[in-house]
Amino acid sequence: MPVEFIADLHIHSCLSPCAELSMTPRGIVEKAASIGINILAVCDHNSVENVEVTRDLARKKGINVVPGLEINSSEEAHILGLFRDLESAFKMQEIVYENLQPGENDEDRFGMQVVVNEIDEVLGFNKRLLIGSTNLTVNKLVESIQGLGGVAIASHIDREGFGIIGQLGFIPPDIKFDALEISYRIKHSEALIKFDEYRHIPFVSSSDAHRIEDIGRSTTRFLMNHSTFEEMGLALKGIDGRRVRF
Amino acid sequence: MKLQEIVDSLSLSIKTPALDLNREVTGGYVSDLLSDVIGNSKEGYIWITLQIHLNIVAVASLKGLAGIILVNNRTPDEDTLKKALEENIPIMTSSLPTFEIVGRLYNLGLRCQ
Repeated sequence: MPVEFIADLHIHSCLSPCAELSMTPRGIVEKAASIGINILAVCDHNSVENVEVTRDLARKKGINVVPGLEINSSEEAHILGLFRDLESAFKMQEIVYENLQPGENDEDRFGMQVVVNEIDEVLGFNKRLLIGSTNLTVNKLVESIQGLGGVAIASHIDREGFGIIGQLGFIPPDIKFDALEISYRIKHSEALIKFDEYRHIPFVSSSDAHRIEDIGRSTTRFLMNHSTFEEMGLALKGIDGRRVRF
Repeated sequence: MKLQEIVDSLSLSIKTPALDLNREVTGGYVSDLLSDVIGNSKEGYIWITLQIHLNIVAVASLKGLAGIILVNNRTPDEDTLKKALEENIPIMTSSLPTFEIVGRLYNLGLRCQ
């Protein structure tokens, strides 16, 4: 019998230059636990370097962490890649790093990219231009994510800048997204009307939090048998009574 | 103004040689956000962009644009060119950046009303 799990699958940690420094794995997990989130994904821009610490901390609170990242395509559309395990996520990160636009992060302009440990101590700074784009097309990215057994979600499709519809006018029909993310910016009832033509693809919603107080401002409810990546995949497909609600 | 005159004047490289360039260009529009092009470009306009995704052809076709100029030597992939032929949307490229292209088009008398 499926039960409900509350998921926030798009949270930025202090590794993302645009996120606040208080978004440490510890800070994120404590906030998520306090508001009853069962599943979370830290999806930093083009990197997964704070995911392992988040996972270890979250485990102690009974929260399931899905390894993921938010990749910037060559068209500057943001795509979330969620993975079964850290190993797959690191493989995706390797592909992203190989194709990320060259250059070093300018901390004064874009913000710091901090890798931290379980007790908020700084382990190092990522020097890459994580705010930049890759030279991988959306089509190629989705193919790579799914090729590693991952789930590909188009980020904030209601957002003009960095949303796939804003950048590309419409969602190319040959791209088989596993889900489309509706942001907190639009009423969900409006989104259902506005994006009616894409209703054959499951909709999810997440916070896209860059500050602690924004975690959980929008979530997705997964009705499934257990809190596992496999079950989430089945819930997105609506198999055997499993489903997602946002 | 005919598209052929623009191609000659700016020495554009033609990526869809099979398509007729004897078509009227009524104005120009510049944007890399395709949703913006859908919203604000007008029929008969030439569109200047750096986007090379297949969707540019669909957008140009939807809006009845005269053609697409890709800047900075951006090269469209095979799928995009194939679709451009099917939809009768000429695609040209230039080594010049957008600013230069648009300046020259403006000097030729093209406007965005």
